Amino acid sequence: MTLLEARDLRVEFASRGRRARAVDGVNLAIGAGEIVALVGESGCGKTTLARTLLGLERPVSGSVVYGGAPLDYSSRALKAYRREVQLVLQDPTGSLNPRHNVYEAVAEGPRIHGLTDERERVLSALSRAGLRPPERFLLTYPHELSGGQRQRVVIAGALALDPRLLVADEPVASLDASVRGEILALLMRLRDELGLSALVVTHDLGLAWNIADRVAVMYLGRIVETGPVEQVLTSPSHPYTQALLSVLPESPAPVVLAGEPPDPTRIPGGCRFHPRCQVLASGDAARAGVDHACRSEPLAVLSASGGSQVACHYAGVRESLP
Amino acid sequence: MTVPVGGEMTVPRTTRQEGDRAPGSENVTMLELRDLTVTYRIAAGEVPAVRGVSLALARGEALGIAGESGSGKSTLAMALLRLLPRDARVSGEILLDGEDVLTMPWGRLRAVRWASASIVFQGAHHALNPVHRIGDQIAEPLLVHGLASPAESRRKVAELLEQVGLPAWRGRSYSHELSGGQRQRVMIAMALACEPHLIVADEPTTALDVMIQAQVLELIRSLIARRGLSLIMISHDLSVLAATCERLAVMYAGRVVETGPSGAVFGDARHPYSRALADAFPLVGDPASRRAPRGLGGDPPDPMDLPSGCSFHPRCPAALPECSTAAVELWPTTDPRHTAACVLVHPETTPRLPHGGAAEDPGSGGAPPQQEPAPHAPGTPASTTVRPEVAP
Amino acid sequence: MNQFTWSRRRTALSRFWTEFRRHRAGLLGAVVLLVAVALAVMTPFVSDPADLDVTRATGDKMAPPDLSFPLGTDESGRSILVMLLWGSRVSLLIGFMSALLSMVIGTMIGVLAGHFRGWLSAVLMRITDWFLVLPTLVLALVLAAVLGGGSSTLILAIGVTSWASTARLIRAQTLAVEARPYIERSKVLGAGHWHIMTRHVLPSVAPLVLANTTLMVGTAIVLESTLAFLGAGSGQVSWGGMLRGSYDWGAATSGAWWYILTPGFCIVAVVMAFTLCGRALEAVLNPRLREAGR
Repeated sequence: MTLLEARDLRVEFASRGRRARAVDGVNLAIGAGEIVALVGESGCGKTTLARTLLGLERPVSGSVVYGGAPLDYSSRALKAYRREVQLVLQDPTGSLNPRHNVYEAVAEGPRIHGLTDERERVLSALSRAGLRPPERFLLTYPHELSGGQRQRVVIAGALALDPRLLVADEPVASLDASVRGEILALLMRLRDELGLSALVVTHDLGLAWNIADRVAVMYLGRIVETGPVEQVLTSPSHPYTQALLSVLPESPAPVVLAGEPPDPTRIPGGCRFHPRCQVLASGDAARAGVDHACRSEPLAVLSASGGSQVACHYAGVRESLP
Repeated sequence: MTVPVGGEMTVPRTTRQEGDRAPGSENVTMLELRDLTVTYRIAAGEVPAVRGVSLALARGEALGIAGESGSGKSTLAMALLRLLPRDARVSGEILLDGEDVLTMPWGRLRAVRWASASIVFQGAHHALNPVHRIGDQIAEPLLVHGLASPAESRRKVAELLEQVGLPAWRGRSYSHELSGGQRQRVMIAMALACEPHLIVADEPTTALDVMIQAQVLELIRSLIARRGLSLIMISHDLSVLAATCERLAVMYAGRVVETGPSGAVFGDARHPYSRALADAFPLVGDPASRRAPRGLGGDPPDPMDLPSGCSFHPRCPAALPECSTAAVELWPTTDPRHTAACVLVHPETTPRLPHGGAAEDPGSGGAPPQQEPAPHAPGTPASTTVRPEVAP
Repeated sequence: MNQFTWSRRRTALSRFWTEFRRHRAGLLGAVVLLVAVALAVMTPFVSDPADLDVTRATGDKMAPPDLSFPLGTDESGRSILVMLLWGSRVSLLIGFMSALLSMVIGTMIGVLAGHFRGWLSAVLMRITDWFLVLPTLVLALVLAAVLGGGSSTLILAIGVTSWASTARLIRAQTLAVEARPYIERSKVLGAGHWHIMTRHVLPSVAPLVLANTTLMVGTAIVLESTLAFLGAGSGQVSWGGMLRGSYDWGAATSGAWWYILTPGFCIVAVVMAFTLCGRALEAVLNPRLREAGR
């Protein structure tokens, strides 16, 4: 059952006098109890997509659909929506007001929504987030906690509203290596115990491999490959996914793409990845006879269905080849 | 078209081998730390940040230092060039080409800082001055030290920028006009300006994207190979270090707890902490880590209140009862170059089943139990006694 | 729990005091202020307001200091000391109240302009700019003249004309706070504008407001003195009014230094004290300055 869905979503900004198409046509569905990883480089629009799904940005076209109904941007409806969908940011230190103690930080949500039994909610949220015994943490301030504990407080603050979906933007990127696994295990446990869905935005493919059910690889405002994690990450079809996987430190044959992350104010024509594509550069695409298409024919937007899909001319013909 | 990463478990974890060293470099020790200790004095008392570290680095060698925040790895890097704040007390010896950095006169130290060793900091954004063109910033040490005339320095800047993969016209840009990866390249160019023999890189890729990280690592690797530089690289990501450095040292609570060739430390870690670090970043495609993120319970110890015995024992998934009292030091494993400070490697410790209770951490929740560290002590006598106190 | 919060506050306060004590100049300022305020408060108990009545003045005209008039007398034979004491009440009251008024307006406009982007912010900032470029003194003079005499008029005139720089400062600080991720987290938790402004922004700008208010009091006292000197006073005896009197009656030419110097010295001392105190508060409360100072 689909819980949250982006339907042909487009989000634009004005950037230095130009229009930046940060999200340029995205279909993405997150099912109940599903963990989806949204993977891409910085500047690919993944954070904008996440913020739009949370109602923090307004799309220029397309819609965010929650529980079958398009998101209503009136302040009353948004407030109600925010009991259902919560956010966990990258930097737990910045996400907590240094003047608020743990109790105040976790109770903020319940107070905003005027929920009763505030103290019980806080205690149960803290213990669900793995801060046990919760009483020990109530009166501590963020600076007295370790990075991992701070991130747990942020997660507890979200859990205090009993949401159905967590959007986590690089939840472990600023944490120490040993804490990383703990926080990821927590996200998985919340899914198993509470049925909490999660959209994890990250540039870390290992994270997707660790916890996600499905992965969507984003490049320059579009999803270029999506599907079950096992399939996408062990036999990637899109050259971009292949390159991302190949530069992981353990990989035997790195394909290091030259150049910087692309600029959303200047989206190339044809396949948007073609200027950096290693398959096109190596001549494989020309041998398969798709090089012209790569340079000039735009690709269709991938649908939100759960199966494996790839937006690549070369992958399209390669599958039909024997 | 072949897929770069296979799904099978047999994919080797590639690490740099000793043979990769730049040609012509002899096994000459370039940097040696002897019992280096750094203590910060703060209002509440003394904070030991580095507690007796001895390491050696040969010319042309790349050494990776791994550890979490608070492990003392960055303090160690700063101590190498005496860049620590005044409230830090340093003891021990830091021998750079045989000269002790700690007792060097100020003028000599200045010369060493530019000519012999330079440092690449994490967070390239703050290390660059926003109001000066980056070309001028790269040229500054050359001009200040009279190493080049203004015309020569311009040529040199262009050359350095090219070496780090940036076009020469980038020298006229300001730091805010550059992306994160480009800034890190500029930092590297600045470090290279005075042609040092040793580069200390503190988390050079931490804030960067995977693709940019790969570019920067490739650049560092090619530079040390081409110029025969020695490198000390500091990171919390063991896999990145293993792919760049020949030797690794893992630090915990101010001490080196494991050191050895990268392949051995990364692929066959003997200290449970190194193993946890190695497992933290999974191998994509490895079924063992699929839906099984591995972490380490607990928090790094308070340096002012370190646990007794092995400082790691409260978090150790394989802790034995004697760990809380045992004095640990770096003991050789089967490979004499590979040492680990864990009672499980101590030659007279018999492999025993680690007791399971310690693996449970109240905070770790759903984390699956850690793989037990393989009890290795081949060739040791089958004695059943554990010596909790070992004479140093 | 409440008790615990209190003990935390106490610790924070004692930490603040330890930090503040390190600023010698700030400490000196605080001592001078305490003495000035104590004297102002005690004045009605040690002296009779009737002594200020010109018709009941007992001394000689412009008499130099002697035993019965330690600081001499004015043109009507009143004791300068008594006038200084009573004048301090007026000067300090107007200083405090107008600084308070100016801070309230400045903080409100600053927070609103920082929190709401778009047209509201633009309009508020244009109004602020307008007040910033208008010569404060002239505006206050006009306001005081139009509204008629009295302390409350002066407070209003000074308060309304001097909030603009505060508003700019608070707006900048608000923008800095609003860029923090915890504001985003709060929004996603469902927080509205009121919640964010009162729960997150105001507590963060409060230390800055406090330090700035202290600095502001000094400025307000100077402005009050200037207005009184220019004749737009409150009608009561104040330090500025005394200066005016000394000028009108040619104290300088007749060598009555006690009539000019004493109110002048009082103004300088109190304003200096507020400034030193405010600077020290700023250094202690503003973490960024604190780091730079080390």
